[in-house]
Amino acid sequence: MTTMKHNQASNEINWQKWFGLVAFYGVLSVIAFLWLVPILWSLSMSLTPNELLSRNVGGLIPSEFTLENYRSLLNVSDVPRWFSNSIIVSTGTTIGVLILSSLAGYAIARIDFKGRAIVSAFILAGLMVPQQAIFIPLHTMFSEWKLHNTHIALMLPRMAIPLGVFIMAQFFRAIPKDIEEAAEIDGANRFVIYTRIMLPLTIPALTTLGIFTFVLSWNEFLWPLVSATDKDMFTVTIGLASLQGNFAQSQGLGSLMTSAMAASAPILVLFVIFQRYVVQAVKSGTRF
Amino acid sequence: MVSRQDTSVVAHTKPKNTSRQSFWFTWRDTIEAYFFLLPFLIVYCLFLVYPLVRGFWISLHDWDLLIGKLSWTGFSNYERMFQIDPVFWDATWHTVQFVLLSTPLLIIIGLLLAVALNRDLPGMTVFRTIFFSSYVLSISVITLIWFMLLNPTRGLIGAIMQNVGLEPIAFLTSTDWAMPAIVITTVWWTAGFNIILFLAGLQDIPRSIYEAAEIDGATIFTKFFRITLPLLSRTVLLVVVLQIIASFQIFGQVFLMTGGGPSGRTRVLVQHVYESGFRGFELGYASAMSMFLFAVMLTVSLIQLYIGSRGDEVEQGMK
Repeated sequence: MTTMKHNQASNEINWQKWFGLVAFYGVLSVIAFLWLVPILWSLSMSLTPNELLSRNVGGLIPSEFTLENYRSLLNVSDVPRWFSNSIIVSTGTTIGVLILSSLAGYAIARIDFKGRAIVSAFILAGLMVPQQAIFIPLHTMFSEWKLHNTHIALMLPRMAIPLGVFIMAQFFRAIPKDIEEAAEIDGANRFVIYTRIMLPLTIPALTTLGIFTFVLSWNEFLWPLVSATDKDMFTVTIGLASLQGNFAQSQGLGSLMTSAMAASAPILVLFVIFQRYVVQAVKSGTRF
Repeated sequence: MVSRQDTSVVAHTKPKNTSRQSFWFTWRDTIEAYFFLLPFLIVYCLFLVYPLVRGFWISLHDWDLLIGKLSWTGFSNYERMFQIDPVFWDATWHTVQFVLLSTPLLIIIGLLLAVALNRDLPGMTVFRTIFFSSYVLSISVITLIWFMLLNPTRGLIGAIMQNVGLEPIAFLTSTDWAMPAIVITTVWWTAGFNIILFLAGLQDIPRSIYEAAEIDGATIFTKFFRITLPLLSRTVLLVVVLQIIASFQIFGQVFLMTGGGPSGRTRVLVQHVYESGFRGFELGYASAMSMFLFAVMLTVSLIQLYIGSRGDEVEQGMK
């Protein structure tokens, strides 16, 4: 008698558990689908002929499928040119950030030097300076140097990232001391130790910081808006914004959405491939 | 003084060393460290520290971008900002409105989805990817998508409203709806970032606490309010501060979706700085407002540091 009762009870619990799981996945899937609707809708419009979209509201599935928007994007628009600007600027910024942050992070984490506390505090204070608060003085500096509308102007102000130094310092700190000491006894100098031994050990950290810097640089808006005013020097982000402004003159909604999809593709692909590192970057940015 | 003492000690213990060698022995670490730090410090001082100082200096002048004439005016730009320019106060108020509307939504949605995804079940990574994917899109992409979605005649939302028999709303040109529409766009864009931050915090809470509570018959709600929220309080504080700092700098969404309209109803602070500087060509005045922005950000960060350090004390006291 008692075992039967027990079975019944556990069956009930099992059934409840299953129902709960199904409900959980169901609700979460609906939310996730709604979350994706804006992107799916844009993708669908980019695959729909322009004439059709000037008459009807685009659906989530193209009512008539075409690749013409993508073909004309490659052939006649400014998008490829903006694209290459974005790649140059984002790659350059990322390399700069990685070199500067890892050198400085190594010193702060592993060398016992005079003034370490002051230098750390000095760099830490930079976290409190928002980029939006200094774009006017930066603009006047680059005007005086006659460097506006160059790639270097878009890269330089984004290379000294205090957070990058602290993320790198945190990783260097986690490497056991004896690895370094062994090399020191063998007579290797500091720079050799840094490049040959320490750097290879921080590749995961460099990837994390690199991916994140690349994405942020690709999506940068205010600084390129004021610095790159020449259409040929636009980044994809700025170029797309300028197309929106001239929406009336543009070729059509389908083409506009195609530009948006093309501008997002490399970042989305990069994100899906290196997802683990992006997530890691967000996490490590909050713990130092 | 210190250096001479140090060298003498070293020279004493190692009498064979010449003074040059012992100098190197004492200072070697410091010299090497500054070689490693130098590239960063140069770029940092040139493009972050100096612009801040220069911005303050510009704010004490009248500087017409077109004529290029610079004249000292003391604090009159600040006077104009606080006492004369009504647009400054409007823009500040709209910015505060945006912060007050978006922060709670972003915190609550981020926290709820993070709690949902923090379960040992298959497929959670896929959901995480989906919610985070909108965050990696650039501002001009998300504003384009939502500008079209919210369009009353050509947008999906208008079409759905029409299908269920409602009158489509021109969200972005309505004085009531423009700001909420920008808030919704921003929530969709950046909630994924908060989900990841909360997930990181949630993973630090030991599962055994939940298991013990389950044995005691705790419901989902008691677990959330009695375990998750109290143990997550530091993360919540951090996310709130990061959120306020980020939201206060809002610019692109407004600039690209409404242009500050309808009739200035959504004009925000950074936009006013941008327009004063690059449309009105008054760099001095624009810089003064940048300094105000910086002061607000600094205050929020310092409050966080203060509460954060007190949190440490409390935690240590408990141990």
